[in-house]
Amino acid sequence: MNIFRQMMVKPWLTEQGAVVELLDERTFSQPTPKIGLRLFLIVVAVFFSLMLSAYIERKVFSDWNSLSLPWLLWLNTAILIASSMAMHYALVNARRGQIDGVKTGLSAGGVLTFAFLVGQLLAWRELVATGYYVSLDPANAFFYMLTGVHGVHLIGGLVAWWRTMAKIRRGQDAVQVRLSVDLCAVYWHFLLLIWLVLFALMLLT
Amino acid sequence: MVDAAHDQVDFVPPAEVGEMELYHPKSWLTKYVFSQDAKVIAIQYSFTAIAIGMVALVLSWMMRLQLGFPETFSFIEAEDYYQFITMHGMIMVIYLLTALFLGGFGNYLIPLMVGARDMVFPYVNMLSYWIYLLAVLVLLASFFVPGGPTGAGWTLYPPQAILSGTPGSEGGILLMLISLALFIVGFTMGGLNYVVTVLQARTRGMTLMRLPLTIWGIFTATVLALLAFPALFVGAVMMTLDRMLGTSFFMPGIVQFGEQMQYGGGSPVLFQHLFWFFGHPEVYIVALPAFGIVSDLISVHARRHVFGYRLMVWAIVIIGALSFVVWAHHMYVSGMNPWFGFFFATTTLIIAVPTAIKVYNWVLTLWRGNIKLTLPMLFALGFIVTFVNGGITGLFLGNVVVDVPLSDTMFVVAHFHMVMGVAPILVVFGAIYHWYPKMTGRMLNVPMGQIHFWITFLGAYAIFLPLHYLGFLGVPRRYYEMTDTSFIPQSAETLNAFVTVIALIVGVAQLVFLFNIGWSMVKGKKSGPNPWRATSLEWQTATTPPGHGNFGPTLPVVYRWAYAFGLPGAKDDYVPQNMHPDQVAIGDTADLSGTAAQPAE
Ligand code: HEM
Ligand SMILES: [Cu+2]
Repeated sequence: MNIFRQMMVKPWLTEQGAVVELLDERTFSQPTPKIGLRLFLIVVAVFFSLMLSAYIERKVFSDWNSLSLPWLLWLNTAILIASSMAMHYALVNARRGQIDGVKTGLSAGGVLTFAFLVGQLLAWRELVATGYYVSLDPANAFFYMLTGVHGVHLIGGLVAWWRTMAKIRRGQDAVQVRLSVDLCAVYWHFLLLIWLVLFALMLLT
Repeated sequence: MVDAAHDQVDFVPPAEVGEMELYHPKSWLTKYVFSQDAKVIAIQYSFTAIAIGMVALVLSWMMRLQLGFPETFSFIEAEDYYQFITMHGMIMVIYLLTALFLGGFGNYLIPLMVGARDMVFPYVNMLSYWIYLLAVLVLLASFFVPGGPTGAGWTLYPPQAILSGTPGSEGGILLMLISLALFIVGFTMGGLNYVVTVLQARTRGMTLMRLPLTIWGIFTATVLALLAFPALFVGAVMMTLDRMLGTSFFMPGIVQFGEQMQYGGGSPVLFQHLFWFFGHPEVYIVALPAFGIVSDLISVHARRHVFGYRLMVWAIVIIGALSFVVWAHHMYVSGMNPWFGFFFATTTLIIAVPTAIKVYNWVLTLWRGNIKLTLPMLFALGFIVTFVNGGITGLFLGNVVVDVPLSDTMFVVAHFHMVMGVAPILVVFGAIYHWYPKMTGRMLNVPMGQIHFWITFLGAYAIFLPLHYLGFLGVPRRYYEMTDTSFIPQSAETLNAFVTVIALIVGVAQLVFLFNIGWSMVKGKKSGPNPWRATSLEWQTATTPPGHGNFGPTLPVVYRWAYAFGLPGAKDDYVPQNMHPDQVAIGDTADLSGTAAQPAE
């Protein structure tokens, strides 16, 4: 469906109305849940861009003391990349109809995500231990908040992940779970992208 | 050749829509309480919104009593007044109007008007309502916590919102922020449904440009809300952290009672940007559905196609897009760079162009129309007049030099009540008078409705026109009391008392409306399926009120737009969207409900 082309139609001329349907699909050809997820990701992207613009706006002032990021964050980044890859592996297998590969990919993706979240918590603890409290100054506050909301989004993803795993345990085959796996993979890639942007911005000080 | 009858070419069968799998409730509880049927959810949303709206109405009486008769009521202290203002404003804008237009009308009308069996994600849609209800309850709870609800003003500007000088800084502000966050989560769940349903679940033949304008308005408003609410969400999260964990996102260094607080280094203006990045589109979140609904009301009740349909659609979309680049016109007095002020004043004035186009098109739709002064038509006309009125004062305020002296006076209060208070509320009423027959199978009582209209319409002017004048005199907004202020003449007090009396009368007139809703459900005249002889799909359902799944065994097929009034060669003065071209000349409506077999596929 090409929205703009549809919006050029003059509906009061019926001939033209009939022709559009020949030329163009009436709706998007993607499955509806995928459209839903994309729209949701747009909303999430707006949410993060607003937080990031607040972050950047604050950062340009001279009294900004950036905090030294724990090295653990590098490891966490690697883990998140791996989990995203595992999800992709699951998707490729779902497309090929191989449920075993789907299982491996999904399980690995989930476990790695848990590992990432634990890693983030450890990074927080390390910071707190060295006296970087959330209320210390805006740089710290932003760090905790940005990592926190990113983590919350991943936890939300884990709910979807859990439900997909449950479907597999109930014995659904690769074709039946393909859409769910697809949605998970897209969501994970998206959150990885957000993390990379966040991390890069936090490094650039 | 605007009213062309159907061409003789064979109709191309439109692309197939797969039937959706419907959730069939098994018990009373899943049918009426935890229902996944958009129509039930719509009614739940509407009742909740109207109930909380009554609270906001009572709060406005309290404020008016204080303003009209200062030093009379011992139960209204200054703190109470601020709390009333804040809760009144927030409830009216968000918990009443946004919820009612999108959650209420959106849920009821979208599936029916696009020809779908239900929303595309019914379970998420159900969750949306329950989270909204929770948000409302959390908001109400703040009346009962120590310190009461927040009195920070509906704009919740920090730092005052969370400092101890402001009423409700103990628990009220937190509950407000949590409630807003919940509202946004719930709304997002519903909003994804409304948008994706319009995009993906339209029935065969229902191209985008055959959608009724009501759907275009609700659709665009939902897109705006999905993009704008995150800003409020971010603001709410950051302010919650400031209040709970002592972060300083919005809090500058502050000395309170001679002591340096632990805050420091935050930016209060940042909150203003976030708030108004949401706040301005919010005006259009309320206005665009109203625009759409009004277009349909005047078309049906003047028996005429909407003038310039395509332009109307584009105007809605363009207004929606522009509404994201004007937010800082609410911040002219925040000490911004004059170039910014210039930029935002310009964009603000540009929005007037598509808006004016809409007004012209409404007038041209009415021009030579067969205007029937039914209740929906009265309210629609009331809307147009009021919206023009409020829009014009908006043009004044959009200019920096005019706004600076008028900022924070009663003139502003008068302006925004006209444009986003009275005008959309009139549409809400018009829409209820219009669609109530579909929802219940009965008409609302007309004399009661006329009493309701005239008191509300004339009353609103009697209330808000004088406020413009008080604003010129310099009466400030959000002031508890102005007695013995030398620059305000004695007559202003008489005027204030007059306004208060009218406000009470207008409030009581709403009880007539509520009574009418209940009374007509039992005693109202039977309406039949299509009392207004309208063309859009919701009037062509198999049963009235529409049953589970909306339409009969097969979904309707759409052959034309929703404004086929007075087609030459047609038997009736209207042709339903789903009437097969062969039947137009005979006007046979037997086939429309989707109970009979559809024409060859
Ligand atoms: C019977 C109808 C209404 C009356 C009598 C009324 C009255 C008032 C009064 C007296 C104030 C406070 C003025 C001040 O001291 O600053 C106020 C504020 C406000 N009202 Fe209304 N109102 C009514 C309906 C509405 C509606 C339908 C809306 C929906 C948009 C609305 C939105 C607001 C807002 C946003 C504020 C500003 C709150 C603030 O300053 O924080 N009102 N209203
Ligand atoms: Cu604005």
